[in-house]
Amino acid sequence: MLVNQFLVLGAVLFSIGVYGVLARRNGVLVLMSIELILNAVNINLVALGALQGASGAVTGQVFALFVITIAAAEVGVGLAIVLLIYRNRASVDLDEVDLMKG
Amino acid sequence: METLFRSPSVDFHAFAPEIVLVLVLVVLLFVDLVFEERGRWATSTVAGIGLLASLVPVLTLAVAGGDRSLFDGAYVVDDFALVLKGLFLVAGYVTVLISTDYVAEGDYYEGEYYFLLLSSLLGMTVMASARDLISIFVALELLSIPAYLLAGWRKRDLRGNEASLKYYLLGVFASAVMLYGMSLVFGVTGSTVLSEIGDALAGGSSTVPVVTVGIVFVVVGFGFKVSAVPFHTWAPDTYQGAPTPITAFLSVASKAAGFVALLQLVFIAFLGQDDVWAPLFWVLAALTMTVGNLIALRQTNIVRLLAYSSVAQAGFMLAPLAVAASIPAERGGIANATEAVVTYLIIYAAMNLGAFAVVMAVARKTRSGEIGSYGGLFDYAPGLAVLMAVFLFALAGIPPLGGWYAKFVVFKSLLDAGTGAAVALAVVAAVNSVIALFYYASVARQMFMDPVPDGDTTRVQVPAALTASLALCAVATVAFGFFPNLAARLGDVALFGALP
Repeated sequence: MLVNQFLVLGAVLFSIGVYGVLARRNGVLVLMSIELILNAVNINLVALGALQGASGAVTGQVFALFVITIAAAEVGVGLAIVLLIYRNRASVDLDEVDLMKG
Repeated sequence: METLFRSPSVDFHAFAPEIVLVLVLVVLLFVDLVFEERGRWATSTVAGIGLLASLVPVLTLAVAGGDRSLFDGAYVVDDFALVLKGLFLVAGYVTVLISTDYVAEGDYYEGEYYFLLLSSLLGMTVMASARDLISIFVALELLSIPAYLLAGWRKRDLRGNEASLKYYLLGVFASAVMLYGMSLVFGVTGSTVLSEIGDALAGGSSTVPVVTVGIVFVVVGFGFKVSAVPFHTWAPDTYQGAPTPITAFLSVASKAAGFVALLQLVFIAFLGQDDVWAPLFWVLAALTMTVGNLIALRQTNIVRLLAYSSVAQAGFMLAPLAVAASIPAERGGIANATEAVVTYLIIYAAMNLGAFAVVMAVARKTRSGEIGSYGGLFDYAPGLAVLMAVFLFALAGIPPLGGWYAKFVVFKSLLDAGTGAAVALAVVAAVNSVIALFYYASVARQMFMDPVPDGDTTRVQVPAALTASLALCAVATVAFGFFPNLAARLGDVALFGALP
């Protein structure tokens, strides 16, 4: 099996995600970028697991399931925090959240 | 026909501390639901008693002795796990004590507060036993997600929102990067169990560059958790904006959990790859100590000062990791470094929780976190001023207070390694100890020498729970200093079990 394509896809998604986290100013888009990184992880886990034979494939898929589940919980909390910020300041621009410095 | 699924045999005694914690969580929800407003105070009592109750199985496991391995080595209860579970539960108990009056008076959601605090602690006790990439990841998220919410507990306070947002974004980003690293390590080794990864990496695959990338990403991910420079940027803002008890909790328990995961990953899974992680930890340790201390010098807010001081302290804890691989076997090898980190964590927990408890007591009167408001504290609250001085000088590492022994074990393990890099790191650490003394002492000078800024010298009312936590931390800090064997024994036994 050609695993390269999957790994390249994973690496590209990871890079787009990291770029999004660093460059985006909108809180919701940053959350989406983090999701991209987590999906890159899932692709990696399933593809690399398939390389390891039957037991490795199961391990990789179980790991990916855990990542999906916990990512859902994480994004739930993240959206709650972004919503709170929106309620208090009527904006989700992360650059404006800079009361504390130094 | 052979069945595909065989149910694992579960050793419930090994799980008992976590089971008790889960039961306490259920009881907490129930108390909060049934008693509504008039019984809210009971939640803190339930949380405190529950934490003490979950210490009981930790003790029975310690008495029973022996290492227990569950789920094919994914969950291990050995002496290392037990010592750190004990540390987390005691630190959690002190956090409940310092939270009690703060949360009750602040019009916060009490039941939910303690529920999330205990959930986070549950994640930490799981982390102490997690010897598998998946269980480490689940434990990390279980301890982090409630902490994100607790950091923003003051919903309508813009600083609270900011604290929570910064902590959340950097925390989630770090764990995503860490996961990417884990996926690469899994891909090369074909296993998620740390000991099997260790065996695979000790062999021939050490030249695979992918492993290097994987290890670096995992270490960077936990670098955020322990607030190592340059991944520390969230820490001061989160510490300042979060409720003070949560700041104390994050700077002690959450940081300790990050170090526990690092120790397990590095010393079990990545042991054969020390040419990758040793230089990385050297740079992280030197940067963390120096940058943390230098920025702490110009802080005017006591919580931010303690935040940067806790960043700098993390640098001292990273130092033994940097040299662990070069400590010769007759001087203890990696056991020597593990002992140094665990001993440091235990003593640091006592001093830092104590310092935050004093900050909370003083803020009850001054309603301010500025260092200037500590002027003349000795005149109207001599007890608090003396305690604060004790904790600050302990953090600075002045004998005979606890901190000196923590610093001593770190220097000992650096000098046991004896390589040029280790000695250089010891010199950096020594210079930093002097810088740190400067800002700790300047707070002490404010308290003892300066006049009261607003002339208000009414006494500070310290509630009973806060007094109890101050007493606990003070006794521990002084006892660890005069009888360093207490901490040394705990650090000594806290070694990884020799399990298949």
